[in-house]
Amino acid sequence: MSIYPYCVAAWLMLAGAYGIVRSRNMVHAVVCLSVCQSGTYVLLLAVGYQHGATAPVFGSTTTPNRNVVDPVVQAMTLTDIVVSATVTALLLALAIQVNKRQRTVDPNELVALKG
Amino acid sequence: MSERGRLAVYLPAALALAALLVLAFLRMPAFGGTVHLYRDLAVPAAVRHVTANVVSAVNFDQRALDTLGEESILLGSVVGVAALLRPAQRESERRPPRTGRTLESTGLLGYLLLPVTLIVGFDVVAHGQLTPGGGFQGGVVLATGIHLLYLAGSYRALERLRPVEVFDAGEALGAGMFTVLGLIGVLAGTAFLQNFLPMGSFGALFSAGTVPVLNALVGVEVACGAVVLLTHFFTEDLTVSVAEQDDGSHQGSEKE
Repeated sequence: MSIYPYCVAAWLMLAGAYGIVRSRNMVHAVVCLSVCQSGTYVLLLAVGYQHGATAPVFGSTTTPNRNVVDPVVQAMTLTDIVVSATVTALLLALAIQVNKRQRTVDPNELVALKG
Repeated sequence: MSERGRLAVYLPAALALAALLVLAFLRMPAFGGTVHLYRDLAVPAAVRHVTANVVSAVNFDQRALDTLGEESILLGSVVGVAALLRPAQRESERRPPRTGRTLESTGLLGYLLLPVTLIVGFDVVAHGQLTPGGGFQGGVVLATGIHLLYLAGSYRALERLRPVEVFDAGEALGAGMFTVLGLIGVLAGTAFLQNFLPMGSFGALFSAGTVPVLNALVGVEVACGAVVLLTHFFTEDLTVSVAEQDDGSHQGSEKE
């Protein structure tokens, strides 16, 4: 089963999307979006993994060698997490604004655009 | 669209996407294999610039321009949240409600962990070029560490420790100095954000040229940005109330 970790990533993304589809609360939908995004972390880290390799951090005990997991995808995962956190913050602020104006956080009850 | 309708759209689309993804996964390089082309290029480049933590070398040396963009995204989102959560005209900022009761053990643990968390945060930022961690991770630890003061029971104490103007300025400074350091490199005769400082010796605190400096700047920016972000959410929740509800009924709508 060499594609199992990739399938976990796909499952996380689809499960998060399912949560957004079934969501009755905007905060819940934002958390579901975070679940979706964590699928991309798993995918990136799975792409960079190598059996028996160590972390891409060297020191006095580990001399530089090439037998490490891919540091580039790890750096991209870090970028991904930062972007995910900013998106979450913005969406939560939007949810607060919607609740203030419409007095509800249920997406099903938002019927008309209001200025 | 009704919930049933959304589900009817989602299920076929999800099944099709899942099938396509599995087809793609089957043709990907096997999991855990030894072929990593970017790794083979990134590790020697990091060792050439005497950076022990290769992930930091990728972020702050090889892809420093991308990190500048990433930092700008963070700055933009903090500005966006500030714009979205600013008190509307019909709202007035109110004093925070009386602090609720906190368990003594929670308070004690909060005050004990506050200095420990701050030291860990500074450590993670300062050793970003040597050990796992860096400006982004350490900055978040620092920002959350400060908020232990709130968990320990006193929003007033948090407000005293956290003059928002200072953190506003710190965030702008962290983001701005990143660009300035890149421009200094241009003036020194190298490319924008190229590593132009002396590299030092492998594993030393002051090694890897500009990496620790950029790390510290990002740490300042992330810590200040996260504090400002959380401040806006706190202000929204604790101190702002709608003026229309002020005729005696606002107590019920305020959250503790």
